[in-house]
Amino acid sequence: MRYAMVIDTLKCVGCSDCVVACQTENDVPVGYCRDWITERVDGSYPNLELELRSERCNHCDNAPCVRCCPTGASHIVDGGVVMVTENECIGCGACIESCPYDARFQHPDGYVDKCTFCHHRLEKGQLPACVSVCPTKCMYFGDLDNPNSEVSQLLKNRKYKTLAPEAGTNPHVFYLI
Amino acid sequence: MQEELFTSGRNIPHIDPSLEIWHWPISLYLFLGGLSAGLLFFAALFYILGKDKEYPTTVKIASIVPPIALSIGLLALVYDLTHKLYTWQLYMTFRIESPMSWGAWVLLIVTPISFIWTFSYYREIYPRWEQKLQVFKRFKFLNTVEKFAQDNRIYMAYALIPLTLVLGIYTGILLSAFNARPLWNNAILGPLFLVSGLSTGAAAIILLSKNKLEQHTFGKIDLALIIVELALIVHMIMGYYAGSQVQLEAMELLVNGEFTLMFFGFVVILGLIIPAIMELIELIGFKVPAMVPALLVLLGGLVFRFVMVEAGQITRFLY
Ligand code: SF4
Ligand code: SF4
Repeated sequence: MRYAMVIDTLKCVGCSDCVVACQTENDVPVGYCRDWITERVDGSYPNLELELRSERCNHCDNAPCVRCCPTGASHIVDGGVVMVTENECIGCGACIESCPYDARFQHPDGYVDKCTFCHHRLEKGQLPACVSVCPTKCMYFGDLDNPNSEVSQLLKNRKYKTLAPEAGTNPHVFYLI
Repeated sequence: MQEELFTSGRNIPHIDPSLEIWHWPISLYLFLGGLSAGLLFFAALFYILGKDKEYPTTVKIASIVPPIALSIGLLALVYDLTHKLYTWQLYMTFRIESPMSWGAWVLLIVTPISFIWTFSYYREIYPRWEQKLQVFKRFKFLNTVEKFAQDNRIYMAYALIPLTLVLGIYTGILLSAFNARPLWNNAILGPLFLVSGLSTGAAAIILLSKNKLEQHTFGKIDLALIIVELALIVHMIMGYYAGSQVQLEAMELLVNGEFTLMFFGFVVILGLIIPAIMELIELIGFKVPAMVPALLVLLGGLVFRFVMVEAGQITRFLY
């Protein structure tokens, strides 16, 4: 089992529904978010290229945040999901410094918080909240180890990229381009 | 031209537009950790060499600084944690891949040794305090502790040599282990912080010493350390020059940006080159007040930690 998320940048319209869904589902405190939209503009006028994408923790295989955590609060659970145990976290910030994607933040209660791929929903067989609400259906979620899953098929047939692969983290959120 | 915009509700103070999780306590702690490592290293080394009579400040008097500095450093460190009540979790496990875990454990060993070390000289260095306080009369068990400490000094010294080296290097590796922050992510930072810590330790000894021989020896030691440090800084900058785009951009901060004045003005020129020249002039035989270069080295070491911690957090991967 290896969970992965595939996001189609060609379908994303940047509506931020995924952001709001996550904030609601996970009780994210006001002013914070576990996922966000990046709007990237390349080129110079009038030859501009726009890419919209929904970003979050990449649940990296080679996760620097897990390596540098002094207490083991940051850890990897079944399916490759990177989780933080609240009452083991001392709030040292080492994991925040180590994440090339700035995917983590200090929760106002002190511990470090981030996307969990909605682990509590996965346990019930549901999709992550963001994936389930996307109005353009640009997000896909599934098991990479299963060659017939939707995500495996998409990655087989479409061109894709990951973010900052040069950081060596082996991210598991893929962007179709 | 490339532009990247966040359009969502992502509005995390201290992360956008740039990350700023570690504040002044971390810089202060890195400085005090390095200074203590330096002082304890020299104390242990000169004790092992059997030079405690000729170098009383190094072995005995200056040893009062590390326990205080480490305590302040630890308080500063805990102050910057955001989930403080769970600090004990640091000591429920040892994580070999986490520099912070190494640091936590090394400090847990070095701090008590530093207390015992200086305590073993208490009666010798502060006879007047003892007359006033009479702690040994009041608390009988302290005599046993003292005896134990004095008998085992040599073992403490042998333990301190590797431990202080780990502590000194760790202050740099803590930063360099983060490949997400290109300014920190270079292998030179560990040795550089170690040398800088030793050099601030030597400077502190010069400052506290009233003994000409001691001041002179440590003037020489400090000069050598400063030269090594300068060489390592050149190395570091060359490393950035030869690095990837993110490292080139990180370097801009130091050589041609926000932190240039602090880095070259305060750290390199005021904190290294000028004290080196003054110490050199003294070696040749001119009279220079030994205080001045020592203070400059300490100041430069402190500013260096602040520059590296703050500038490093601005740098990141672009994707
Ligand atoms: S994206 Fe960041 S927080 Fe998530 S697993 Fe990778 S390094 Fe850790
Ligand atoms: S802030 Fe918490 S999760 Fe992050 S490295 Fe420190 S203890 Fe681990």
